[in-house]
Amino acid sequence: MSSDVVNTKRAKANAAGPYGKVGQALNELDDRLGVAKGGRTFMDKIFPDHWSFMLGEIVLYSFVVLLVTGVFLTLYYIPSTALVTYHGSYLPLDGQRVTEAFASSVNLSFAVRAGLLMRQMHHWACDIFIGAMVVHMARIFFTGAFRKPRELNWTIGTTLLILAIVNGFLGYSLPDDLVSGTGIRIAFSIVLSIPFVGSYLGFFVFGGNFPGATVIPRFYILHVLIVPALILGLVGAHLFLLVRQKHTQFPGKGRTEKNVVGTPMFPVFMAKTTGFLLMVSGVIALLGAFAQINPIWQFGPYEASRISYAVQPDWYMGFLDGALRIWPSWSFHSFGHTIPFEVFIPAVVLPGIIFNIAYAWPAIERHFTKDNEMHNLLDRPSNRPKRTAAGVAVLALLSTLFIASSTDVMANFFHLPLTEVLWGMRILVILSPFVAYPITWKICKEVQAVKGGGKRKTTNVVTRTAEGEYVATAAPVYVDDAHSELEATPVPRFIIEEPDEQDESGVRTAER
Amino acid sequence: MSEHDDHGTPVSLKGLSANDPHLQPAARNPVLVERVIAVTFVLGIVLVVGFGACYWVNAAPWTLGATMGGGLFFLGVGLVAWGKYLMPKGPFVEERHVLANTDQDRDAFAAAIVERGGSVIKRRKMLGGLLGGGLGLFGVVALFPLLRSLGPLPKGTLFHTDWRSGTYAVDITGRRVQVGDLAVGSIVTVYPEGRQTSDRGQAVDQTVLVRISNENFVTQKGRETWGPHGYLAYSKLCTHLGCPVGLYEQELQLLVCPCHQSMFNVTNGAIPQFGPAPRPLPQLPLYVDASGYIRSQKDYDQPVGPGFWERS
Repeated sequence: MSSDVVNTKRAKANAAGPYGKVGQALNELDDRLGVAKGGRTFMDKIFPDHWSFMLGEIVLYSFVVLLVTGVFLTLYYIPSTALVTYHGSYLPLDGQRVTEAFASSVNLSFAVRAGLLMRQMHHWACDIFIGAMVVHMARIFFTGAFRKPRELNWTIGTTLLILAIVNGFLGYSLPDDLVSGTGIRIAFSIVLSIPFVGSYLGFFVFGGNFPGATVIPRFYILHVLIVPALILGLVGAHLFLLVRQKHTQFPGKGRTEKNVVGTPMFPVFMAKTTGFLLMVSGVIALLGAFAQINPIWQFGPYEASRISYAVQPDWYMGFLDGALRIWPSWSFHSFGHTIPFEVFIPAVVLPGIIFNIAYAWPAIERHFTKDNEMHNLLDRPSNRPKRTAAGVAVLALLSTLFIASSTDVMANFFHLPLTEVLWGMRILVILSPFVAYPITWKICKEVQAVKGGGKRKTTNVVTRTAEGEYVATAAPVYVDDAHSELEATPVPRFIIEEPDEQDESGVRTAER
Repeated sequence: MSEHDDHGTPVSLKGLSANDPHLQPAARNPVLVERVIAVTFVLGIVLVVGFGACYWVNAAPWTLGATMGGGLFFLGVGLVAWGKYLMPKGPFVEERHVLANTDQDRDAFAAAIVERGGSVIKRRKMLGGLLGGGLGLFGVVALFPLLRSLGPLPKGTLFHTDWRSGTYAVDITGRRVQVGDLAVGSIVTVYPEGRQTSDRGQAVDQTVLVRISNENFVTQKGRETWGPHGYLAYSKLCTHLGCPVGLYEQELQLLVCPCHQSMFNVTNGAIPQFGPAPRPLPQLPLYVDASGYIRSQKDYDQPVGPGFWERS
């Protein structure tokens, strides 16, 4: 009887093939789509282990959180500027005439279960999304990962940053609260400042003069469909190119221009990255729970003639706001026309120049270095002092512009006259890139001169003997460093568990 | 082409022995690590269940976020640790395939485009021109509904407000402002009567009314009659970016824009004293009628708000 059972099992196993039901299902799939070979390659894709490669993952996973929480918000938000009388659960606003957009934003915060959490998570995820994007971009820049063959992906990434900033601004505007409404007013004035076409462009985008009744519905469809669709498509292209061109890696033992050393997609990277997705989502949820962000019910609804003190945009618009504050009041009035340089230069020309430099950087660098080789090994930033110094100079400029967006708060905090703070920031903004460049360049040179730079050193333990003699003994190598002594091995065909079976001689065997 | 080059995967490689150090867990004490991971997973599960419970009983929003965030975080930490410490330590290597094809393939590709195209398209220049012209024309024509329908033309909209000769100045509640209403050093936002709650009244016509003395006040030459009984009216739209100039610094007689800190001196015709604003706030000529109501003599003599191309 028992042998029958065994036979049946064996027969079933034989019929299913060596990989059981999963194998069967994969075979069925391969019959129809021919995925076996590509799928195997994909499972074997090697991901180099370096913390800085995690930055892009933060971007991707905060984008996932944005999509999920964003869908939740669309279920309750009403993109309309029609006036209603608020009678919701937030009593201080009771009886006020507000737009449906504002009322529904407050309602979804207070009357919908988990609504406030989802709104705060959405906002936090956006700030993290763009922040991680900037840091990721800086990593790509400073390590030279944008060089041939990856210029196209650099271009896609830069476009993604612009789209993310635009969509962040659009979403920020939707609740129609006092602060965001002021932001829209400023955006309208910036569009107006464009020579020749500004007023036409402004009227077309807003459906008339500010405030324009159609602006909220238009921003809404841009924010929830058009821009996210563009972002999603470009993220797909970004990742496709990443797989197609394979990862870059830092130089190291066994790593060459012609290979990739690290951990395979399945199961190691998949486990780590899925865990990381959960961690990023978890941190965003915790921020949404404990760190209040954009309390629109405290700002109140937008009324064009009202304004609040110390109004500031989301952080990623800060550099624009700072530039608008410190740029002098030079306006062009002649020949019957006005060019509002005091707005046009800091708000249109300046970001235009910065992003165009970003787009053109791979070409600029190639022009100067005459380097047209393929690069899969990354640079240590200190080995490329000029590039590093240029990048730090731009970051210094953007950071000081960002700081300049809080001149009024700083003047208040430090009890200084606003004029002095403003002049201080003007000087600081102009000086910062010129100071940052040579200092960075010098630091790079110094780091290059350090012997064994970039390698982790073991500590020397100094002991004193009873006779008073000092003896230095090298501590053992770090566990992680010893680990890298292991030569990289090709991805094995099977990753095999420890075999349980033993043959007669007691020798454990593993199926190859 | 060999199997190797096709996808860059060394498909014919033999599996490693189970004793190969590359396949060992990266942790030195896998049993302990497994227990720690199990604890984080259990914590995660408890918190995720707690999230469900908090949602069910409609607990405070922070409990939802704390349980959901904590649950996801612990599950994530456990999974990362699983991958990092208990899975094969590697490192593994993958050969990079050259993306570029052989010269032959490249030539064939280029030939397919250039030669085929050359024979079919170059010989039919007129057809190509017509098609290109047609599609280009469509592109231009399609711009009309895509762009032009979006909004009205600006025309004179940006040049005028709703202040007219004799318009009553009213506050946000629609109450007409009388000469005795404001003490010296006070300020109120006024609108043309009937416009106080309209979009345009709010966004364009908004005017700040300051009383700086009890006597008629002259801010500039040619504005001798504009400030009856010390009442001065200026457009509330900042000439920088159109924010409402909402702060009044009474001691220094400055109107301050909270957005970018432009400061306008009330006594000399709101000439910008500091900040990025390029022009004075336009002044609205006022008069006090026989009943003591404050009314406008006429519209502003220049466009209000930020600059634009058509403005002279």
